[in-house]
Amino acid sequence: MQREEICKIIREDTCKCIASIGVGHIGGCLSIVEILVSLYYKHMNIDPTNPHMAGRDRLVCSKGHAGPAVYATLANKGYFDKAELLTLNHSGTNLPSHCDMNKTIGIDMTTGSLGQGFSCAVGIALASKLDKDGAYIYTVIGDGESQEGQIWEAGMFAAQAKLDNLIAFTDYNKMQIDGNTDDVNSLEPLNKKWESFGWNVVVIDGHDFDQIDDAIANAKACKGKPTMIIANTIKGKGVKYIEDKGYGNHSMPMLWEDVEKYIEEIRRA
Amino acid sequence: MADMEMRAVLAEQLKQMMQQDPKVVVIDADLAKASGTWGLRKDFPDRAIDVGIAEQNMVSIASGMASYGYKPFITSFTPFVSRRVCDQITLSSCYAKQPITIVGTDPGICAEINGGTHMGMEDIGVLRSIADIVIFEPVDTVQLKQALPIIAGLGKTVYIRLFRKKIDDVFGEDYKFDLFKADTIKEGKDVTIFCTGIMVQETVKAMDLLQKEGIDAEIINVHTIKPIDKETIVKSVAKTGCAVTAENHNIMGGLFSAVSEVLAMSMPTPVLPIGVPDTFGEVGKMPYLKQIYKMTAEDIVAKAKEVMKLKK
Ligand SMILES: Cc1ncc(C[n+]2csc(CCOP(=O)(O)OP(=O)(O)O)c2C)c(N)n1
Ligand SMILES: [Mg+2]
Repeated sequence: MQREEICKIIREDTCKCIASIGVGHIGGCLSIVEILVSLYYKHMNIDPTNPHMAGRDRLVCSKGHAGPAVYATLANKGYFDKAELLTLNHSGTNLPSHCDMNKTIGIDMTTGSLGQGFSCAVGIALASKLDKDGAYIYTVIGDGESQEGQIWEAGMFAAQAKLDNLIAFTDYNKMQIDGNTDDVNSLEPLNKKWESFGWNVVVIDGHDFDQIDDAIANAKACKGKPTMIIANTIKGKGVKYIEDKGYGNHSMPMLWEDVEKYIEEIRRA
Repeated sequence: MADMEMRAVLAEQLKQMMQQDPKVVVIDADLAKASGTWGLRKDFPDRAIDVGIAEQNMVSIASGMASYGYKPFITSFTPFVSRRVCDQITLSSCYAKQPITIVGTDPGICAEINGGTHMGMEDIGVLRSIADIVIFEPVDTVQLKQALPIIAGLGKTVYIRLFRKKIDDVFGEDYKFDLFKADTIKEGKDVTIFCTGIMVQETVKAMDLLQKEGIDAEIINVHTIKPIDKETIVKSVAKTGCAVTAENHNIMGGLFSAVSEVLAMSMPTPVLPIGVPDTFGEVGKMPYLKQIYKMTAEDIVAKAKEVMKLKK
């Protein structure tokens, strides 16, 4: 199946997953679907039947509130039964709002307190280097999340340690909860910041598969530096009603009747 | 149920204080809507600001402003303005004696479906061991309303552990708040139940059940956990001879610890805890979480009976 088609299924399942509890972080889920699908369906060396495989590539979703999009991807890859997607945040669930490595099969790191996952990814990349297992460590951080000092502490050290096995994405949807990042606490010039921190930087359209592929190839070819792929994205991508809410789509009610309309639109695209 | 959300009372009081006192400032870290402080930006664009998602930065920025005579109120979810910012609260604010007011919302199980990562079960414990800090957990809108101006004028670093939505009022309009005095909600002679935060409403529910069982419980709201009102605690337990504590927090480090410390030093007495049993949080609605952590009115009754058997 083409990645375009897979993305439609992941968007659909993400909406259903959130609808199962009635409210959730839909905006920041929909903005990373192409990235997740590219990683799990094309680039990552993984085996869903052996989720703890040594030397596997890993993904740390540092913006842990995008859990539902990651769960939808993992379920479609066969890590667990898709029916489980409808238990998001239900009592006793394995699928909490924020990613939890001890609850969900396939999740490589527990996240939810912004900034920490990125440092964890640096630690994982460091360990993989020591083990010489050849793994690539992928991580996705939010742009709002990038206001945390911890992001820059980790970034500085990753360059110091020459972690060329670390491939990071900034989900640059330009929005956080209290507004547009430019109005709250601007990250600009973001590419220059990461360059000046010693990173290999690639700026792409985060919804374009070719650009994602090229950026990952570029990262793998770059020796001695970690790579930051600044992915320009749209928060809520794929559902006009959600996109149009702007930063109001960070967390939104999601009713089943809404989902039906959203799915129709997603399938038509 | 009170008409207003707790966060709406917070915002209303802050607005009044900001009108009266040009030194009151409000700082958010990308959770202004959750905290209820969002609307203040319209009226006070210079004094209601957002530093972005950077809580450690926020605490020290607030402390710097305090050194200039400002009275900063800062807000976020409880874990991000407690455990994440321990050193900044300790040094920039408390140790440097630069008073700020920290509002942590959604304490403990109130974080509901934000889940374990967002559940501050340890915030009181973590902060209580910082010298000189004041820790206050309001019960209802009546208490919160009276408390805020007092806190703003106190000249101390204060942590407010705030349930942010609608909750039943416990106190009536005749209520007189004293930040350093615990409130006796009901007098009794068989057992004292010390309670705080959302567990006060739960204890009030237990009150009727206890009465039906013929147990005459004294119910005391310890809204300020540090400095704790030793006098009221000792006086009550001198009469009842045993106590239960009820809190929406890990039973280690919070109200149970604070009350036990007082009694261990002045009047060793059996005390049993109701609260989160030294475990992490998980996603769920409050009724479910109260059930799994045994924090319901029925659990309080059972605990009261149990501790009464331990009396000498
Ligand atoms: C340390 C910390 N502070 C605050 C929060 C609450 N919070 C959750 S998501 C979010 C906004 C995140 O914005 P961004 O990183 O841009 O995410 P996205 O736009 O991709 O959803 C905030 C403030 C948190 N989870 N962790
Ligand atoms: Mg964003």
